[in-house]
Amino acid sequence: MKCWLAALLSVLVCPAQISAPLALAPTEKVTARQGETVAVRLHLRLGPGYHVNSNTPSDEFLIPLKLSWDTSPMQPAGVAYPKGQMEKYSFSEKPLSVYTGDFELLAKFRVPANAAKGPQKLTGKVRYQACTRTMCLPPRSLAIQLPVEIR
Amino acid sequence: MDKRYSRRDALAGLGVALGLSGCSNLGTVKAAALKQVKDRKAAPDFTLKDSMGRSFKLSDYKGKIVLLNFWATWCGPCKIEIPWFVEFEQKHKDQGFAVLGISMDEEGWEIVRPYLERTKMNYRVAIGNDMMAQLYGGVDSLPTSFLLDRQGRIASVHVGLVSKSDYQNEINEMLASGAAKRAGLPSTD
Repeated sequence: MKCWLAALLSVLVCPAQISAPLALAPTEKVTARQGETVAVRLHLRLGPGYHVNSNTPSDEFLIPLKLSWDTSPMQPAGVAYPKGQMEKYSFSEKPLSVYTGDFELLAKFRVPANAAKGPQKLTGKVRYQACTRTMCLPPRSLAIQLPVEIR
Repeated sequence: MDKRYSRRDALAGLGVALGLSGCSNLGTVKAAALKQVKDRKAAPDFTLKDSMGRSFKLSDYKGKIVLLNFWATWCGPCKIEIPWFVEFEQKHKDQGFAVLGISMDEEGWEIVRPYLERTKMNYRVAIGNDMMAQLYGGVDSLPTSFLLDRQGRIASVHVGLVSKSDYQNEINEMLASGAAKRAGLPSTD
């Protein structure tokens, strides 16, 4: 919780001074049963003044936000991304499909019938590229680590 | 040329730019004035290959005023500046001025070359790398531009989108300074 508060305070000071504008809100432990399908909600918060490209950017050169999993006791079964907001910026002739502020990703998993029971860990990353109206940060990856309990 | 342009200098430049902008990210960042000659540091030299595969050094440009622009294809604000730089290159290249674009795209020429064709960039472009960016303070934000005087010293640093007139005024001032020097008048270059 302290980290979350520190991240929020740092972006309030001045957006251009922080190194990672995207943060993951604390997520509850995922509990899943063998043979079931589960959905995990990831609450992401972007610092004020920033936008990131949505999962389906409007220009071929823009880098989409993308969630991927490195290790999982469950089988990834797709990610539901929110629809991007169409925002007009001075640097683009056409509105861009972006996320701002708080948004949520919904990751789905199938739990194999023979999945090992007990506490496990889900690790992955959200790759994104953030900009303000006057500058951009290089593409970055936000590490995701979630505790999972298989029953 | 100096072995290294310190990160502290770059951060100081960023701090000045942000301070002048009041942390505003709604408009362009107000440009700082040209540094006085005594405060200018030598731009670190580097060797890169351009889009034609030709190897070149920054020090090859000594004697010219150089606008060294770090950019990327995914950088929206950079897109605004590129047509200005195309114009500056065209307008001032015969006065000993050159724009040098350093793309920070990780994918390299595969993605940058089509972009050059699309935007009709008329100035030299090379692909940068982390080692080279570190020499210039890390280049954490794009666009970042350095205006170098004819002796290869950094006369100004701009982090973020700066207005076209700010760039033009600085270039004009540096060109005029060179002309004054040639005429035997006091100059800032």
